[in-house]
Amino acid sequence: MDMLMEYVWAFVIGGLLCAIGQLLIDLTKLTPARILTTYVVAGVVMGALGWYQPLIDLAGGGATVPLTGFGSLLAKGVKQSVDRYGIIGAFMGGFTNAAVGISAAIFFGLLTALAFKSSGSKINEK
Amino acid sequence: MNISNQEYGELAKRRSPASSMYKTIPMAFVIGGIICCIGEGFLNMYRAFGLAEEQAGMWTSITLIFISALLTGMKVYDRMAQHAGAGTLVPITGFANSVVSPALDFKSEGYVLGLGAKMFVIAGPVIVYGISASIIYGIIYYLIKMI
Repeated sequence: MDMLMEYVWAFVIGGLLCAIGQLLIDLTKLTPARILTTYVVAGVVMGALGWYQPLIDLAGGGATVPLTGFGSLLAKGVKQSVDRYGIIGAFMGGFTNAAVGISAAIFFGLLTALAFKSSGSKINEK
Repeated sequence: MNISNQEYGELAKRRSPASSMYKTIPMAFVIGGIICCIGEGFLNMYRAFGLAEEQAGMWTSITLIFISALLTGMKVYDRMAQHAGAGTLVPITGFANSVVSPALDFKSEGYVLGLGAKMFVIAGPVIVYGISASIIYGIIYYLIKMI
């Protein structure tokens, strides 16, 4: 039963975060790039204020998979490295905790772009 | 009521988002929720492998990003995104898609200034503002700790 509730909360909270994003797109015409940027910065702010961890405790993947979770991870990394190294930590922790996500996206992005054919009109340009 | 074509077009444009929102919002909710549940599933799988919480989270991110890259290469992810909207954008898979998709599209403009540079057309601003916000937080946190 606990296991089931875990997935229900992941679904509900993750779904809600996406629905809010869709609401912003529909009402404000924010572009996808702006939504992603807004979500990461919002995640940093919520993480900094300590509001995001309760959401992670409740929803697990429902809170960590959306980009607000990525933002809160940056805030967490900065806090840890400031605790450990002092002020220089402010310039370390963000990238430390973002490293895995960014590296994976770059590496798999490169492999995919090399392995697959370009889509759309650009194929015929050669 | 007499209105010109142009006025009608504007009216229709203003009305259409409101009516289609009955579809777009639930769709984003359901697809986004499903992607998060898949994430939760991987998280539990990696925990079952005996990984610590932090590592399990990292492997979950890597797995989701890999799947998203593959689906983007196969042109499946962008087709899904047409229906799911923010449901496929907001999860980390959407971030991965925003890296992979321009890399693939601009490959024809060269491997350095095409693929390499255009990869960051959306991820770039995300990193710029995300990292900057985290640095500001770090400085504030340091100052508060000193007091």
